Amino acid sequence: MLHHNDAPPGTDTAPSLIDLFFQFMIIGAVSFGGGVVAYQRLLLVEKRKWLDADQFMASLAISQTMPGLNSVNLAVLAGDYLRGVAGAVAATLGLILPGAAFVMLVAAAYSSGHEHPVVNQLLAGVACGATGLLTAITAKLGGKLFRQVTSLLIIIATFCLMSFAKLSLVSVLLIMAPIALFIYRPRC
Amino acid sequence: MPVLVHLMLVFGLLSLLAVGGGTAVLPEMQSMLARHFGIDHTTFVNIYSLGQLAPGPNMLMVVVFGYQIAGFAGAGLVMTAFFLPSCLLCLGCGRYWVSIGERPWRRAAQNALEPISIGLMCSGVYAVAKNAVLGPFSALLAVAALALITFTRINPAFVILGSGLIGGGLILLTGLR
Repeated sequence: MLHHNDAPPGTDTAPSLIDLFFQFMIIGAVSFGGGVVAYQRLLLVEKRKWLDADQFMASLAISQTMPGLNSVNLAVLAGDYLRGVAGAVAATLGLILPGAAFVMLVAAAYSSGHEHPVVNQLLAGVACGATGLLTAITAKLGGKLFRQVTSLLIIIATFCLMSFAKLSLVSVLLIMAPIALFIYRPRC
Repeated sequence: MPVLVHLMLVFGLLSLLAVGGGTAVLPEMQSMLARHFGIDHTTFVNIYSLGQLAPGPNMLMVVVFGYQIAGFAGAGLVMTAFFLPSCLLCLGCGRYWVSIGERPWRRAAQNALEPISIGLMCSGVYAVAKNAVLGPFSALLAVAALALITFTRINPAFVILGSGLIGGGLILLTGLR
């Protein structure tokens, strides 16, 4: 568990804001094809030892529970632990700026080319690849949840409410979250 | 409502609803962008797919929707609206958890949200596939990409690029769909 008061990152290990920003920016710039959390683990636990393995797992668990992208939440938590709010800002901006610049370049190319028939066919191919990737990620993250009856029923119910009943996301969450929380409530 | 305010509200809401990661909000984002901002489903899927080529967190293509709707101001605004609320919430709750330590209810909340977010991701797959898979050939292409990513260690960015160049090229040459 993260504790601000036990063994705060010593002056010898606490990174400067610039260092924090650049280390996360490198991850944000090289993580083509996903797997950002794995790069973050490599940086935080192995390369710089800013967090130990338990602290990393605790932060990851919180990142997964809170809304938002896991890798971004992890940058917020690690940055905050190391350098407070300024650290959280530095790590998060470092992580998202390279990709944001990349998609803006792609957007410029898209705006100038998407009426062209050849570009359209290439985009059709790219969309098929992205479908395959999204399916692979869902299957991997879903993993064992697809093989357990309770979780599978929750998955199917959520999917049907969203895709077939076409409810809004707010409604789906208001219906499914209390049910799932009741099912998975802590037993003592 | 001015378009920038509307954009901010939509993406701010999506930010807080993104349980279990960004892809859970894909279907909602698709329908909201179509309903309120006239981004058709094909454009949505094209931009989403191109966004998967980018490094970093996988939902950065939201910036492009902001740009398409309201130029650079829209891009900056959407980036802020989509990331800031969830980051602030995580910062606050992260500190709260640090001060109280691990509680059974956090584990319960995570367990409860996992299958819901997988269900929402399935809806995301369905929403993207419906507009990407237009016939047997594109279905084959998507399955081939899925198999390559699942069973080899090849970088997914290359699979998507290859799917665009080879698959898109074949669609162009043969007229298959």
